[in-house]
Amino acid sequence: MSLSAAEAAPPTRNYLNAETTLRSWLLTTDHKRIGVMYLVMILISLFVGGMFALLLRFELLTPGPTYIDAITYNRFFTLHGIIMVWFFLIPSIPSVFGNFFLPIMLGARDVAFPRLNLASVYIYVIGAAFTLGAMIHGGADTGWTFYTPYSSTTATTVTPVLLGIFILGFSTILTGINFIVTVHTMRGPGQTWMRLPLFVWAIYGTSIIQVLATPVLGLTLLLLFVEHAFNFGLFDPARGGDPLLFQHLFWFYSHPAVYIMILPGMGVISETVSCFARKNILSYKAVAYSSLGIAFVGFFTWGHHMFVSGQSNFDSGAFGVLSMFVAIFTSIKVFTWVGTMYGGAITFKTPFAYICGFLFFLVFGGMTGIAVATISLDVHWHDTYFVVAHFHFIMVGAALMAFLAGLHYWFPKMFGRSYPEGWGLVAASLIILGFNATFIPQFLLGNMGMPRRYYNYPEKFQTLHVASSAGATLLFFGFLIIFIYLVLALKYGQPAGDNPWGSRGFEWNTSSPPLPHNFEKAPVFDREPHDYTTPVLEVSHAS
Amino acid sequence: MHPEAIAESHFSSPEVQRHAARLGMWAFLATEILLFAGLFVGYMEYRSLYHESFVQGGKHLDAVLATIETAVLITGSFAVAMAHHYTLTDRNGRAAVGLLIGAATGIAFLALHGVEYVTHFREGALPGKYYTFPEIRTAGASMFFTVYFLLTGLHSLHVLAGTGVLVGLAVLAARGTFSHQNYSAVENGGLYWHLVDLIWIFLYPLLYLIS
Amino acid sequence: MNEFLRRVLFLPEQASSLARQVDQLHYFVIITTLVMSTAVGLTALFFFVRFRRRSATQTTRHLQPPVWVEALFIAVPLGFFLAWVYRGYHDFLLLTTPPSNSMDVYVMAKQWMWKFSYPDGPNSAGVLRVPANRPVRLLLTSRDVIHSFFVPAFRIKRDALPGRYTETWFEALEPGHYPVYCAEFCGTNHSNMLAEVVVMRPEEFDSWLVEQRRGRVAQQDGSQTPDEDLSALTNPVRQGEQLAVRYGCFKCHTVDGSPHIGPTWLDLYLRREALEGGGTVIADETYMTESMMDPLAKVVRGFNPVMPSFKGRLSGPEAAAIVEFIKSLRSEPLEQARSRRPVYEPIRR
Repeated sequence: MSLSAAEAAPPTRNYLNAETTLRSWLLTTDHKRIGVMYLVMILISLFVGGMFALLLRFELLTPGPTYIDAITYNRFFTLHGIIMVWFFLIPSIPSVFGNFFLPIMLGARDVAFPRLNLASVYIYVIGAAFTLGAMIHGGADTGWTFYTPYSSTTATTVTPVLLGIFILGFSTILTGINFIVTVHTMRGPGQTWMRLPLFVWAIYGTSIIQVLATPVLGLTLLLLFVEHAFNFGLFDPARGGDPLLFQHLFWFYSHPAVYIMILPGMGVISETVSCFARKNILSYKAVAYSSLGIAFVGFFTWGHHMFVSGQSNFDSGAFGVLSMFVAIFTSIKVFTWVGTMYGGAITFKTPFAYICGFLFFLVFGGMTGIAVATISLDVHWHDTYFVVAHFHFIMVGAALMAFLAGLHYWFPKMFGRSYPEGWGLVAASLIILGFNATFIPQFLLGNMGMPRRYYNYPEKFQTLHVASSAGATLLFFGFLIIFIYLVLALKYGQPAGDNPWGSRGFEWNTSSPPLPHNFEKAPVFDREPHDYTTPVLEVSHAS
Repeated sequence: MHPEAIAESHFSSPEVQRHAARLGMWAFLATEILLFAGLFVGYMEYRSLYHESFVQGGKHLDAVLATIETAVLITGSFAVAMAHHYTLTDRNGRAAVGLLIGAATGIAFLALHGVEYVTHFREGALPGKYYTFPEIRTAGASMFFTVYFLLTGLHSLHVLAGTGVLVGLAVLAARGTFSHQNYSAVENGGLYWHLVDLIWIFLYPLLYLIS
Repeated sequence: MNEFLRRVLFLPEQASSLARQVDQLHYFVIITTLVMSTAVGLTALFFFVRFRRRSATQTTRHLQPPVWVEALFIAVPLGFFLAWVYRGYHDFLLLTTPPSNSMDVYVMAKQWMWKFSYPDGPNSAGVLRVPANRPVRLLLTSRDVIHSFFVPAFRIKRDALPGRYTETWFEALEPGHYPVYCAEFCGTNHSNMLAEVVVMRPEEFDSWLVEQRRGRVAQQDGSQTPDEDLSALTNPVRQGEQLAVRYGCFKCHTVDGSPHIGPTWLDLYLRREALEGGGTVIADETYMTESMMDPLAKVVRGFNPVMPSFKGRLSGPEAAAIVEFIKSLRSEPLEQARSRRPVYEPIRR
């Protein structure tokens, strides 16, 4: 981006204060305000989902009943999974940072369909309302995976939960369509595909998965609703149905869904690693194409969730091999990120602390993913705490760290203020430590044979459970600290300049916070993204 | 209302805006295809498990009625394609007629399909626990009808939605909204209708013709 | 070495013939995981120190790795991953292919217990007794929802599905008690659905089995030969047939479709019957049981209300066995068109 088009000192008028009525927020079509609204909603979801997790871990402090009964426990882990997967992780980075920064990185004034974007917000709210309603009425106890025939015969309130997720799926699909069309049709002059920031590539790949996979979830939930309400017998062996059909349909969506959860985070890491190492991404094309590779190959690996389900040995073998191939794309990225640090000029700020956490957790978590894809080993590990630890390493250790990296990296840009760096590092350390303390014991529990979704457990597992619960409490305090200082920084933080990190990302060529329509003049793209061969000054105060 | 005469301010030109709308509709059509895909998979599985029941069930359905339904839908698609052509040549009146014919075929299709459903209700050829059809007692007999009702039911919901879209477009056309510079809505609405038709072209042989 | 790694990784004892082999791959994969994640972490740390920012305006060179380096970083991990899945699939085939001389045990999962039965008796709940050093094949099914039979010490796990059989097998090495867990969420008491495999010395197991069967025979009065009686114990259809003989059902009901004093039992199950006094009923388990206990409640049209009540004469399980027998009486078309499940395949080789 030409430096001559850079904005001058931050204007007093920006997207936050241009209009301040409630109506201007509720009916906004400004992608930045929509991003902020999503930020508030997903943080609420993170809090609710996290509370359920803490309640579960308290119950698990003792082998027998601690303070709740079995049905309540089963409802809690179901809602924990549903809220964290669908209401927090899947929307988190795309709907917050994707909405906020995609148009800016492309030099556009907004996304392709701004009104559709607003509709996506309200669809999310309606979906959340149904799920909240279900929670108040007791909530489903099936686990977030809803396996039949249990889910089609349980007496708990499954239907409103299914409806809530079904509605939420439309929010995801519409956002995905919006982003795909935006990237195709709204790139600025000079911005070829190979000049797109890697965050855009990640969001683009994620949007493709969202558009293709989510409808299958919609159908599966619809069929489950019909089965539960009318007993059509589609999954009921007594009427000739096959419970495994449900599993195939469910995992056909849910495996690509985990790539929806991690791919955007990888995009954030590409941006932040490049900025904080002040260096070009080592192999831009490899990272860009691997985002598409994950999107494509990820659709062919779903059966690795079903190795002991009764599917044929041939199926299991095929899915095992395909799962190994999808892992290659991640290892390309890890190599690239670490290699980007080589020859760099690294500064250890809070986002970089999260990058380090992300790298360790992604490699460890990802390789334990390879381990459970090794079929004979999965026979022992399936449905034990080993798998729970594996996916939390990726979803929390990697994806959530990437979200926090992005949140700290982009906070000054979004809100025009800096957060306190010291507290940032303290919280990051607490979170990384707490995370390890919570989930490493769970790998060991899985090895011992501790099954998942267990309300009571034999005494020999107690020590590790207590350790894990202690870690969870530590993790909670880490999040609490972050929440406090970020909220305080909104009002009392140092005013951040246009580019406090000295980043060469295109989005830093706007004011902090950006103007309502992003640019005075449409920017022209005449250089590579992530290019640090020319000096950039860190401007940490408004001049 | 002339939504396209002036390009939305965030697009660089009306041509880009049209392109974006078209791309968005194709992406949405992809989601609809994936939605039906799971049911087709279910059909294939149960057909292979309960071959005899599916053969008998297929024979029992009214293929003649279904052929008429097919002809009706194809006529509708033709009318909608013509309507698109007329908007490109600034003839809103004829476009409105084409769209209304399309909508009428949608309603006709639903009515004929309703006749099929009523017959099945009377016979007891219904899904799951409601199945009391005495003529087919082979294993998995009810599963054929479960799959039949789910596939055609979901499809009929989409026909209903498509009919609504066509009626809305017809109203706009009657007000003279469209022109060779402003035709995206008809093009994209037409795309949706053609997809609904296409799904039926797959359902028809799978349910009514193979044996 | 094996023992050291097993303990460090908190793995249970290797109590089956395949456990140690499975664990060897486990060690390889996990150790590589630990090494690689540590290596990546340390490399990042090293780079941070070595390439830290020294001035506010420092620039960096634009670096591009040669293609062969990129290829190496793709090929080497892929090589490891494919080698692991190859060995994993090989071990998986071993874990899922029972030897031809395996002893069969039926495992029935239901909310929330495990029931075991041997083909020629006895039955038990919660405890599976097997001989050491002999392969045992488990034929699993479920009465209601999906459960999963998991024995950590044997490194085996397999889902139990309603409506079909799945199988797994093991050969226990040492006598002992090994916990069994349900590993697929199945409702409120999922975590209490525990059982135990009791591995006995082979001679002890054989004499235990004989004792059990002899004990059962001694409880029956009479005249049946041991073989007949034993199969009747575990095969409800045959038991139902014998009970029907004993209680004189065939005086009024035929099994070949011909009408008699009462409706024929052929194809009775799920048949829609018109009732005396109007209305219809589907002849399901409920109706058939009701007819045995309260026969005058719903009389089929065209038949006289002469059936006696068997309340107090037939126990619950006996009535259920008669119902199972009636359910088995189907005429030809249904047999031919039978769905291909439940699947029970004799051991290959």
